[in-house]
Amino acid sequence: MSEIKFKPETMAQVEAIIKRYPEGRQKSALLPILHLAQEEFDNWLDVPVMDYVASILSIEPIEVYEVASFYTMYNLKPVGKYVLEFCKTGPCCLVGAEKIQDYIQAKLGIKVGETTADGMFTLKTVECMAACGYGPMMQVGDHYYERLTEEKVDRIFDYFRNTDPSKVYKTDPLTVAGLN
Amino acid sequence: MGAKILLEHIDKPGIRGYDVYRQNGGYRAVEKAVKTMTPDEIVNEVKTSVLRGRGGAGFPTGLKWSFIDKSNPTRYLVCNADESEPGTFKDRYIIQYIPHLLVEGMIVSSFALGANTAYIYMRGEFRWLFPILQKAIDEAYANGFLGKNILGTGFNLDLYVQSGGGAYICGEETALLESLEGKRGNPRIKPPFPAIKGLYGCPTVVNNVESIAVTPWIVNNGGAEYAKLGTEKSPGTKLISACGNINKPGVYEIELGLPVEEFLYSDEYCGGIAGGKQLKACVPGGSSVPILPGELLLKTAAGTPRNMSYESLSDGGFATGSMLGSGGFIVFDENACIVRNLWNFSSFYHHESCGQCSPCREGTGWMEKVLHRIEHGHGNQGDIDLLVDIAKKIEGNTICPLGDAAAWPVASAIRHFRDEFELHVKHPELVRHHYMNDYKAPVLQGA
Repeated sequence: MSEIKFKPETMAQVEAIIKRYPEGRQKSALLPILHLAQEEFDNWLDVPVMDYVASILSIEPIEVYEVASFYTMYNLKPVGKYVLEFCKTGPCCLVGAEKIQDYIQAKLGIKVGETTADGMFTLKTVECMAACGYGPMMQVGDHYYERLTEEKVDRIFDYFRNTDPSKVYKTDPLTVAGLN
Repeated sequence: MGAKILLEHIDKPGIRGYDVYRQNGGYRAVEKAVKTMTPDEIVNEVKTSVLRGRGGAGFPTGLKWSFIDKSNPTRYLVCNADESEPGTFKDRYIIQYIPHLLVEGMIVSSFALGANTAYIYMRGEFRWLFPILQKAIDEAYANGFLGKNILGTGFNLDLYVQSGGGAYICGEETALLESLEGKRGNPRIKPPFPAIKGLYGCPTVVNNVESIAVTPWIVNNGGAEYAKLGTEKSPGTKLISACGNINKPGVYEIELGLPVEEFLYSDEYCGGIAGGKQLKACVPGGSSVPILPGELLLKTAAGTPRNMSYESLSDGGFATGSMLGSGGFIVFDENACIVRNLWNFSSFYHHESCGQCSPCREGTGWMEKVLHRIEHGHGNQGDIDLLVDIAKKIEGNTICPLGDAAAWPVASAIRHFRDEFELHVKHPELVRHHYMNDYKAPVLQGA
């Protein structure tokens, strides 16, 4: 990996975040900064990345590790280009989430926790995403894909496979490609 | 049609933006509060309203505010937007469609509490909502409702949105504060309560999104007006997020006291059970509250019709009642498997236990394991009583209520649906199914 350093524009964001808290309370910025770090450094938090975040906040590396390992949104090992965060909690299952999960696994040929051979998709199951009335659902990047059907899942995968990665997520998150 | 307070203007095109919100009376409460009222007057109005915290516990908001230690000049208001109780998706609705209501509420509430810095702690998965909420905050700053010397009154307030990292436990207020301080979300031992020692050791109030979003209306109309709505013990309106096997899942604002039957079957709300099926059960207030069989949902054990209020849903205690909780109304039809659902919920609580207290850390795992084997046809005689026993030993023995939240669903599901558990243990071949929603109750010979 090349030198671990935030891009200047990300660094500016980091500094703005730290200013939200009182003097000496910069550790409060840890969770938001870990999100930025994950986004910038290949969608996961390698140990050197966490050490870098610790140095920015003047805290011990262990303070970063223990937080990164506590919260489910931080990936502690490499993941695919797109992480499918599929809701497996009760209310979604009542409306057929388990069947859709089976379909996704069969379609991609992977199980939960695995990444497709082309490195495109990682399938994760997650707990309730506050979308219970609109299940089955999954989150990919910044977007909730709700009321999933097998046909819709096909279209979503096509969308990711055929869309320039720099354009994905950039549209209005509420109307992305009519997929909602 | 009941009164609408939160969603009165929800259908107005453009209500998400400042201009339309303002044209519809938005930010009048800030003007009234900071220019014509004292902080104590606002606290008193909220007390008079008898508004009960909308996060799930139902603790009176005004009372919570009155506990804040005013001897410390640095005080904080923190909004709990960590919505993650299964079945609950109402706070997201406010932020998504009418974010200024929350921003306005944060301003009047901060003024009432004497807070000059406030945070909205939002679950990280809502990152797609961040731009929407941030835009509303930016517009409030641009129009002089946030920042220094608000409306020339000398009141200063900065409002920030904080991102969580994915952890249900951070919806518990002290875990939330730990998380906001950049730590693992381990709940704190209380006392001291946050009102005395909260964020950074300073007096802090943590309120749910919906509770805060109601405060502008109370400031504008007075607490007494609010208390006239709903029932005596459950004044006002409440957002109910309805989901599961119903025709019209979604978020509804109801006046508290609405008959459950009307809420479930009327086309104005849930529209009845999907696919013409029969109602089997309901978890009326988020996954943590006791499950009720259909007949006990619609009527209390004494036979009186139940309504959507704190007191009516809890009528009968945990023996025959449940709780309004967060308003996450989960409906189960005849093909829903109660055992599989309970296994699912137990797996949720096991995953979300912070691990601090052994009864919860270990007990949730044991319950998940036992339920897994029952659901998959490998249950042992005695497993059902074992579950009841574990649940009993978790309840009341942990620092925070997650332990109770994990125990109550187990105890209630077994209390009301013991037959279904017995069938899974004794005759797994009769109840074989793959999913949560393909369960068929067998017809037993001689039954």
